[in-house]
Amino acid sequence: MTDFDLVWKNLFRKPLRTVLLTVSIFMAFLIFGMLTSVNVSLEKAVDRGSSTRLIVANKINFTQPLPIAYVNRVAAIPGVTLVSHQNWFGAYYQDARTSRFVGFAVDPENFLKISEEIHLTEAERKAFIQERTGVIVGKTVADKYGWKVGQTVPIQSQIFVQADGRRTWDMKIVGIFTGAKPTDPTPAIYFNYDYMNETISFGRDTIGNIIVKTASPDENDRVAKLIDTTFENSPYETSTSDEKTFSRAFLKQAGDLNFIVTMVVSAAFAAILMIVSTTLVSAMRERTKEIGVMKTLGFSSPRVLRMVLGEALLLSTLGAVLGLGASALVLKGISKQTEGSLGDLSMPPVVTLIGVLLALGLGLSTGAVPAISALRMRIVDALNRS
Amino acid sequence: MSILNQTRSVIAMNVRSIPQRLGMSLATIGAIAMVVAVLLSFLALANGFSQTLKGSGAADVAIVLRDGADAELSSTVSRDQVDLLGQGPGVRAASDGHPIVSPELMLVVDGVKKSSGTKANMPLRGLGPNGLLVRKQAKITQGRMFAPGSNEIVVGAGLLREFAGFELGKSIRFGSQTWKVVGVFEAPGTVFESELWADAPVVQSMFKRGTTFQTARVALTSPEALKAFAAYAKADPRLQLKAQSEQAYYAAQAERSGVLIKYFGWPLGIIMAIGALAGALNTMYASVSSRAAEIATLRVIGFSGFSAFMGTMVEALVLSALGALVGVAICAVGFNGLSASTLGAGFTQVTFRIQVGPEIVVQAVVLALIIGLVGGIFPGLRAARQRPLLVLAG
Repeated sequence: MTDFDLVWKNLFRKPLRTVLLTVSIFMAFLIFGMLTSVNVSLEKAVDRGSSTRLIVANKINFTQPLPIAYVNRVAAIPGVTLVSHQNWFGAYYQDARTSRFVGFAVDPENFLKISEEIHLTEAERKAFIQERTGVIVGKTVADKYGWKVGQTVPIQSQIFVQADGRRTWDMKIVGIFTGAKPTDPTPAIYFNYDYMNETISFGRDTIGNIIVKTASPDENDRVAKLIDTTFENSPYETSTSDEKTFSRAFLKQAGDLNFIVTMVVSAAFAAILMIVSTTLVSAMRERTKEIGVMKTLGFSSPRVLRMVLGEALLLSTLGAVLGLGASALVLKGISKQTEGSLGDLSMPPVVTLIGVLLALGLGLSTGAVPAISALRMRIVDALNRS
Repeated sequence: MSILNQTRSVIAMNVRSIPQRLGMSLATIGAIAMVVAVLLSFLALANGFSQTLKGSGAADVAIVLRDGADAELSSTVSRDQVDLLGQGPGVRAASDGHPIVSPELMLVVDGVKKSSGTKANMPLRGLGPNGLLVRKQAKITQGRMFAPGSNEIVVGAGLLREFAGFELGKSIRFGSQTWKVVGVFEAPGTVFESELWADAPVVQSMFKRGTTFQTARVALTSPEALKAFAAYAKADPRLQLKAQSEQAYYAAQAERSGVLIKYFGWPLGIIMAIGALAGALNTMYASVSSRAAEIATLRVIGFSGFSAFMGTMVEALVLSALGALVGVAICAVGFNGLSASTLGAGFTQVTFRIQVGPEIVVQAVVLALIIGLVGGIFPGLRAARQRPLLVLAG
């Protein structure tokens, strides 16, 4: 019989107790795995933004418009290699609450050049650039509504009205795009700015923001400053930031998700730390006499210490592996159910790694007290205890 | 001894012996406290948000939006329509005989959130002299109201708590324009406290909005007058607008806070509760086995199995009640009344206070007691079924 067998046997001498402890640990790691993964994939979604792209928005707020004339003026600024623009449309199909998606009016040619993450066939690209009423639709959206290339769909706006009072624009689907990775969610549509600009009843010749590409990320700060100083003291002052900073600030508006996740995970771990450590202490107390016998038989104190610690580690690893496994499965299930519209929710390797480290920490900290008392225990005292 | 007396004394024995199993009992109390604290803080967050929205709307004020618009930002109402609305049925008149109609427009401007240091969307509302007449909750508490026709601004007290740079007397730049903060208003427990207010015509000209507004708020003679007024606003070909009570408008937005509770608060609470339940079961089984001799002795001298069961059951309930108490205390002391803000339905920040109210405390305590109940039943049954002679012989 090896030491491991002994540890294993000890762990399951009261199977119900071990199962219950495993359940506690399992639940804590389930919470950790799920919350942390969701948080990490949100961060990842933000990081997907290109670092060589800048967003030029109105300084008052990004919902305030900029004049279309700024596009050419920005293009002329040294360090700017490519310029495009986009205008938030408040797009939806049929129902404003349940069937809305990201919808931007863009200048097709430059927009496709600057948005490397939009994958279309060469024919689809050409069609989008040529067709005035054309729209390219993300695969996520197309799948949801069963749309096909060639079909004409009525797209409504929560913001704009046509000159004749209608709020619906008929758009012809000229392409269905996927993201940088085929699994990336694409809950968006893009259509021709000219089509919109000619038909809207107000806000003509204004755009939402300008997308700028620089030669390299090192140029970003300099170019951004240059753009903002160019328009200083004009009726439309600008605020330029790189895409990641822009998205991150927007995400932060909802609330401090990092803080909430940290609080909840800490509370869950504090709870199981208390449960597991006190239970292990009392389990060891029951075994005092046995430890005395083991030491009498020649088990060295360090060996006893290792066995007690090993038992705690085995317990925490067991719960952690099951908990992390379950959260990976649950995340996969959610991803499938939401058809990728929440983004890639699979558990990132870094979360697994932190989880395993947490399990080791938990095992060592819960096993520490009983292990040290077993180490220090004198045979005479142990055997004397009834 | 009657069964009642027996039970009472066994319960007393059990509860008094809790200190003998101090470590595990405290761990159970602590774990249950964590469950209650996590669930309760989510419920309190959502509660504070939805109470603020629900508190914002008056039943006798109609908010008029473009038909099809579900938020102020996507609505438009013209100057002429505002005048027509004033002629509608059931509109209350001010002391000077004019109808109380407040045409308003709202723009999103940037502010810097104190907690994160990042930019956030803030509502700048342009309103006229009737703005305060349709918002009875609001009053200027520092400084004064903006003067008509000037670049002056008054700031809600909630916004002041959460965002930097809007203190009384400060100058604010929106793009190339400069505004001066001349007053602070309070409208406790409403979304309006998260807003900046300025004179509507000045806002229209500064932001190049011509003479259009987004909404009109109309004071009605009574909540019952809404039906006739809404029919008028919809039917008149020059209007074709949607009028609803302000109360209903904000109540619909408050429903969204349910998502937080449904998809985060309760699932997390329940997962943690199962973890804590496993801990409670362990503690109670340990309690039963440590008292095996005691229970056996009692059974031999004639105590019933029921009393042994109840002793364990009540011990578990006492532990979970203590845990609930600690959890509620953590939330009440640590979180209640804290100011928070999030992006509301109007695409702007809504500032609110976290509210630990009686209803949600009851929900969290019930969850704790369920843990106690289930955590007591099975160990209790083991105590009741224990065969006395076997234990004493061993």
